Amino acid sequence: MTESNTETTTETNTASTTGTTYLIRGASLTGGDRADLLVRDGKIAEVGSALGAAGAVVIDADGLIALPGMVDLHTHLREPGREDAETVETGTRAAALGGFTAVHAMANSSPVADTAGVVEQVYTLGRSAGWADVRPVGAVTVGLAGERLAELGAMADSRARVRVFSDDGICVSDPVLMRRALEYVKAFDGVIAQHAQEPRLTDGAQMNEGTVSAVLGMTGWPAVAEESIIARDVLLAQHVDSRLHVCHVSTAGSVEIIRWAKARGIKVTAEVTPHHLWLTDELVRSYDPVYKVNPPLRTDEDVQALRAGLADGTIDVIGTDHAPHPSEAKECEWAQAAMGMTGLETALSVVQHTMIESGLIGWADFARITSAMPARIGRLAGQGQPLAAGAAANITLVDPAARWTVDPSAMATKGRNSPFAGRQLPGRVVATFLNGHPTVLDGALNTPARPVREG
Amino acid sequence: MSTESPAQQPASSRVVLAEADINRALTRIAHEILEANKGSQDLVLLGIPRRGYPLARRLAAKIAAADPSVAAEDIIGQLDVTMFRDDLRRHPTRTPLPTQLPAAGIDDKVVVLVDDVLYSGRTIRAALDALVDLGRPRIVRLAVLVDRGHRELPIRADHVGKNLPTSSVEKVRVRLAEIDTNNGSPAADEVVIEDFSA
Amino acid sequence: MKHLLSTADLAKPDAVQILDTAEEMSAVSLREVKKLPVLRGRTVVNLFFEDSTRTRISFEAAAKRLSADVINFAAKGSSVSKGESLKDTAQTLEAMGADAVVIRHWASGAPARLAGSGWIEATVVNAGDGTHEHPTQALLDAFTLRRTWAKLNGTASTGTDLAGMKVAIVGDILHSRVARSNLWLLRTLGAEVTMVAPPTLLPVGSREWPCTISYDLDATLAAGTDAVMMLRVQGERMNAAYFPSTQEYSSRWGFNDLRLAALDASGRDGTIIMHPGPMNRGLEISSAAADSPRSTVLDQVRNGVAVRMAALYLLLSGGTASAAPAPTAAQEAK
Repeated sequence: MTESNTETTTETNTASTTGTTYLIRGASLTGGDRADLLVRDGKIAEVGSALGAAGAVVIDADGLIALPGMVDLHTHLREPGREDAETVETGTRAAALGGFTAVHAMANSSPVADTAGVVEQVYTLGRSAGWADVRPVGAVTVGLAGERLAELGAMADSRARVRVFSDDGICVSDPVLMRRALEYVKAFDGVIAQHAQEPRLTDGAQMNEGTVSAVLGMTGWPAVAEESIIARDVLLAQHVDSRLHVCHVSTAGSVEIIRWAKARGIKVTAEVTPHHLWLTDELVRSYDPVYKVNPPLRTDEDVQALRAGLADGTIDVIGTDHAPHPSEAKECEWAQAAMGMTGLETALSVVQHTMIESGLIGWADFARITSAMPARIGRLAGQGQPLAAGAAANITLVDPAARWTVDPSAMATKGRNSPFAGRQLPGRVVATFLNGHPTVLDGALNTPARPVREG
Repeated sequence: MSTESPAQQPASSRVVLAEADINRALTRIAHEILEANKGSQDLVLLGIPRRGYPLARRLAAKIAAADPSVAAEDIIGQLDVTMFRDDLRRHPTRTPLPTQLPAAGIDDKVVVLVDDVLYSGRTIRAALDALVDLGRPRIVRLAVLVDRGHRELPIRADHVGKNLPTSSVEKVRVRLAEIDTNNGSPAADEVVIEDFSA
Repeated sequence: MKHLLSTADLAKPDAVQILDTAEEMSAVSLREVKKLPVLRGRTVVNLFFEDSTRTRISFEAAAKRLSADVINFAAKGSSVSKGESLKDTAQTLEAMGADAVVIRHWASGAPARLAGSGWIEATVVNAGDGTHEHPTQALLDAFTLRRTWAKLNGTASTGTDLAGMKVAIVGDILHSRVARSNLWLLRTLGAEVTMVAPPTLLPVGSREWPCTISYDLDATLAAGTDAVMMLRVQGERMNAAYFPSTQEYSSRWGFNDLRLAALDASGRDGTIIMHPGPMNRGLEISSAAADSPRSTVLDQVRNGVAVRMAALYLLLSGGTASAAPAPTAAQEAK
């Protein structure tokens, strides 16, 4: 990213009020040197070797990796409106178990998060749940209808301090509207997160258009429908000198366009989901709608290009696009099924498998793409900071040697729609600290952090 | 589709009818058929696949030889009973074989069903059912090369080449030159009892 | 073989077995008593989420000739239109004793979903799903081709394949389940396939299909082909800009009178014209072509019942999940 890293917010959302001090002993810091971390009053108080602290709860982190708490730029918490699919409570429990200390809640709730009232409601639900910082994403257009801008400024000024705006699920396809949105959010250092999908080219689309869709007789979703919007948007962002974030990049061509744009100094950032780093449209041959997702699973060539783009920094962040659905939305014909996959509780493991164990990146890169960069794009204070004395104590402890088999029924999310069901994955979140409080300990939910009264 | 497991090997086997015995038995049956029918009038021989059909052809040839007014081709047919069996659900699905009737059909004919071995009688029951759907013969008779007993239905043969008392652990195997092979060349006609008691 | 979902799943011996069995079923249809007792006491449900009277009655006749009980369930005007799911509908039908579900659905993959989901135990037969496949149509087309081929060569059709035959499939390949099922089956049986269509009506991924792609029907016909299979084209496609007008479509890709005359003049008397029906006379096929001696349209309909009888018999009559070939001579003993 080329723009200055101005932090616009400073408030700590939650803090340990129990007064407990934790001493994390012998963790490998972002996969590097081993050190002890002393956590006190919501902060990392000290980093060093052989630290001692009377009365501290000692956590033996031998063999574990300490990471800055993961930040998801792309989560569907479904509340308000679809509490049968997920609630802020269940979604953030899943986030904590997955190692996340902050999530961005997408705007496609019901009512849509297009007013200060709705984003404040979601923000408040997140604070009272206490499992993760919940940062609402505001809708770009009223009702996601793509016709007129929502009150972006009011959402930015609200208690939720919205900085990321997106009509995710629907593309802001009108070029004039997109241009205005990009321009307008500059007033409060916001960013437009675009769901790049040309609607006319994807009318009735069911899956990636290619060899497999030809055989399966399903309406194709061409890569060009994504790439043409990204190409247009990076040029718009250049023209009006605004920040653009591209949600869930899924094709090799998109990676190329973003690489080109970055080389020209355009302020574009990009995200990729864990599932697009691994799964391909070959899985659709089963017609099992657990593999139905937007954007669709692409080809192995795309998967390899996405991995390479993530490794070389063309793609900035992992966004889970966690999209829980009730089981009836998937227990049906492919064409009838809802699009989306759960992701919060498998993201770390899938990225470890696809990126780290393949040798493409190390754990320090992992911290960058899952914590530092998403926090920076979302202008999120207190998140994504290096594990150093004085930083907010948002920490994820990971056992990289663990192996586990994905069982959706055992997950904290209400969604059972994990495409990784039955797969053995590496890496397990052992503990998650949210502002100094362990929301997860020994790989299981502990207690939520209590909200601090805002003053 | 499954490949059938290799046939179990018998503990012992013995030849009970050789080529000459079979030929003699068929000649006798052919004459019995003509005698019972008082000539070749309205006669139709329907072989039950697989080995009943070549036996029926041989009988027809012998009848034609005995009665020059008859052409063997005109009185011969094949009756597949696969789809009338009562044990379809107990076995893997079988591909049906062709049913072919003589040009003159079977209505008001004297139909002689021909099979190689008469055992439980269930194949013949199926054949009688199949026949009903094809027409209405005046008389239906049954000719078999071997009757090995152990009937499970009230069915008996009118013409029998040889009665062979057997135990139920034995199998009767008929080999005919028309369809059976031995190392790639046509097998010699024979009837063998195989003992699976071991 | 437990289900019949796609011709891509059929190995050559499976396909030949179905066609051979259909020969016997076809003979039954010529008899006075057109009925076999093989599926007595078994129940076949025709579950149709899309109108198709032709296919439904063909399956119904096939099941009835095999003595099965037949329940017709049309999704229109039923609980399905009130929001009942495919899962609940199928489970309801199975609870009523369905041994086989013959399903026609507008959604590609619905039969595969039904067969693979574990919702029901019953055998699933794909009677056409969306723009995916229509395996019994392809089987009846292959049966028709095989008989035609055998007749031309003066041989018996039983046991044979389509090796060396050239088949052109012409029209809206993109939206055609018939084209897909035919491609896989014809290739399995050894035929060469040419797909002829406007480029807009060919799937992007068809470049990797095991067939020749042509945009020129006249060139394909001039090169010589044993059969031309004309696909139904819907006039509505014109509105989605797949082609400029029905007139232009008809003149470039329709089997019109000019092409019929050219074929007649070429001396290729053996070339047959096929159509899965229902035909748009004057659009993809002219009346003269549809009614010419080359046309096998009615044979195809006739053969449909025999092929569907064969499929139902092979899927449902056996006691085990797999069909077996006729026992070999060495294995037969009594």
